[in-house]
Amino acid sequence: MSDTPLLDELENGPWPSFVTDMKEAAEKKPAARDLMRQLELSYKERVGHWKHGGIVGVKGYGGGVIGRYSDQPAEFPNVAEFHTFRVNQPSGWFYTTKVLRQLCDVWDKHGSGLTNFHGATGDIILLGAPTSELQPTFDELSSIGFDLGGSGSDLRTPSACVGPARCEYACIDTLDICNDITRTYQEQLHRPQFPYKFKIKVSGCPNDCVAAIARSDLSIIGTWKSHIRIDAEAVKQYAGSSLDIQTEVVDLCPTHCMKYDAVAKTLAIDDAECNRCMHCINLMPKALRPGVERGATLLVGAKAPIVQGALLSWVLVPFMKMEPPYTELKALIEKIFDWWDENAKMRERLGELIKREGMGDFLRAVGLKPVPQMIMRPRANPYFFWRDGEVK
Amino acid sequence: MAARTDFGPPDFHSMLPPVIQKNYGQWKYHERVKPGLLKHVSESGDELYTVRVGSERLLSTDHVREICDLAEKYCGGYLRFTSRHNLEFLVSDSKQVEPLIADLKGRGYPVGGTGAAITNIVHTQGWIHCHTPATDASGVVKAVMDDLFEYFGAWKLPAYCRISLACCLNMCGAVHCSDIAILGIHRKPPHVNHDVVRAKCEIPNVVAACPTGAIRPDPPNKSLTVNEEKCMYCGNCYTMCPGMPLADAEGDGVSIWVGGKVSSARTPPRMSRLAIPFLPNNPPRWPEVTDAVKNIVETWAKHAHKHERMGEWIERIGWDRFFELTNIPFTEQHIDDYTLATETFRSTPAFRW
Repeated sequence: MSDTPLLDELENGPWPSFVTDMKEAAEKKPAARDLMRQLELSYKERVGHWKHGGIVGVKGYGGGVIGRYSDQPAEFPNVAEFHTFRVNQPSGWFYTTKVLRQLCDVWDKHGSGLTNFHGATGDIILLGAPTSELQPTFDELSSIGFDLGGSGSDLRTPSACVGPARCEYACIDTLDICNDITRTYQEQLHRPQFPYKFKIKVSGCPNDCVAAIARSDLSIIGTWKSHIRIDAEAVKQYAGSSLDIQTEVVDLCPTHCMKYDAVAKTLAIDDAECNRCMHCINLMPKALRPGVERGATLLVGAKAPIVQGALLSWVLVPFMKMEPPYTELKALIEKIFDWWDENAKMRERLGELIKREGMGDFLRAVGLKPVPQMIMRPRANPYFFWRDGEVK
Repeated sequence: MAARTDFGPPDFHSMLPPVIQKNYGQWKYHERVKPGLLKHVSESGDELYTVRVGSERLLSTDHVREICDLAEKYCGGYLRFTSRHNLEFLVSDSKQVEPLIADLKGRGYPVGGTGAAITNIVHTQGWIHCHTPATDASGVVKAVMDDLFEYFGAWKLPAYCRISLACCLNMCGAVHCSDIAILGIHRKPPHVNHDVVRAKCEIPNVVAACPTGAIRPDPPNKSLTVNEEKCMYCGNCYTMCPGMPLADAEGDGVSIWVGGKVSSARTPPRMSRLAIPFLPNNPPRWPEVTDAVKNIVETWAKHAHKHERMGEWIERIGWDRFFELTNIPFTEQHIDDYTLATETFRSTPAFRW
């Protein structure tokens, strides 16, 4: 009789079952087998069975491996030590099967045979190895060209949407920016030296497929300045399709900057009023394309609730050109790192520090002038400051 | 010899299939051919088909090898993953598309997750590998996706619907801007283990970690006290100190949040709002959670206008109507009492009966 009846139930149903994967790994790996048995106990008792934290690592790095120990080592000896690697993914999560097979071989040799493609931040997760296997695993990963990602109070592994590799909306080269930043800041990625974590994510357009605006301290989101390009012939094709251009596209435009002539089957856009929300382009990708003068809007401050509450990113730079070697971007990133590092309390994210110190202090520190694009609306309270010299 | 360090991730260029290398940055438009199938067309006229497949995220190495077999047979040995744990097979030969889809379906891989559908649930580790979880992740996700399976591979919804799960407030998945967020929560204050606190914790850091000031130093005992009335069970003290565990079979469970989005299409990005403060952990199938999520999805699907995301629909009809239509009880927990609470109170007598 099975000793994992609760987990077995999750092999039923149409959605792919992680239990099946665990069973596959368990055929070869005692660690995967014990992981299943410990998880079954969690299902029975409705609590987790991992001890608090644990510091482990590989030579030369302060992050990239998450220490994990079972709180029932006598019962589940093969997961007594079950540490996890965060392995830096290639930008955009593109792979050849050759490198995936190499990764699998390394992990079968040293670890549990279980992976995540991918962790929420974007890394490849290699799930579970004993302490003695950490350095040998990293040595082999390194020999096949894979480096570790971030963990702890450091720059976390940057990630990017599919970008110009497969998306006509991409206004910036998300993959190259992500790759370039990751390589530039290896020291900050691998050796925790910050007040807390710092995340950077790159989306090619305001659809924001990597949720940069919700979860990265620095959100880089592609946008454009010049007019939306209209293919008049393609508009006519859409006019003859099931899409109702008036009600589905024009009427839902948030700035009411579009006019559709249903008789002539022509679309006009008052680009000066367009806020580049992407709705019309999303619905008519054959007919409408972002303008050709392209760059990024940079936003800062997003985070999940811990410690002071969740935040969405705020506009810092409405428009910046994004061309290698990204000198202007990197100069700004370094000013942000410096101000945050200098002023933040332990475990205070950038957004929380800006809240505490004020956006004004932050803007002066990074050398940016206030512009109305930064705010949804001005303050409604009279509690503001004047600086020295402003009042004669 | 020390391993080399700081060499960074593999160069993505070496991972791109030839059709992408040739047409990088030159894509002209795309079509959603059918659920799970995208067709991108380049300025050069080249075509690229993408077959999107749902995945359990937790993959065995043998499963990864099977995926590699498929990519080698149909895609020249190239594939990618999405930001939501889906797999994408990149097919440059249109004649391979239908054989690939048939092969995938035959092996039980769900094809879908594009367009006005429910795509894969972004999620965290849960009881499988996390040390602070208030619920499991993979099990809840499996149960919810089994229950919503018909919406993954078909276009039956007003817009797309992003569901995310985080197994505690640390929110490794940053789920707080999802159409529906499933969030593990604790409901009991930490039970202080003074011996562990004394041996392993930096008292000032633990005190500073509490967002409500509920933790005070207790110098005579070289430990801490918790003002349980002030504690809102965020677990941040436990992150700082192993002597403050909160996990509890009865206290822990799941909360449900709705109406967030990250895209700027039509309306700005916004956070999800509390819909259901607590549902119990009921493994292996979490029936209370699957029922709640399905109810919210289907109520939205029935009432929303075309292209209207969950949050846009709710803002149009009003939250009062949302609670009425979904038949979800409104409780004291729904009224914010944290730092920016007053911004969520209603300052107009214009509302619906």
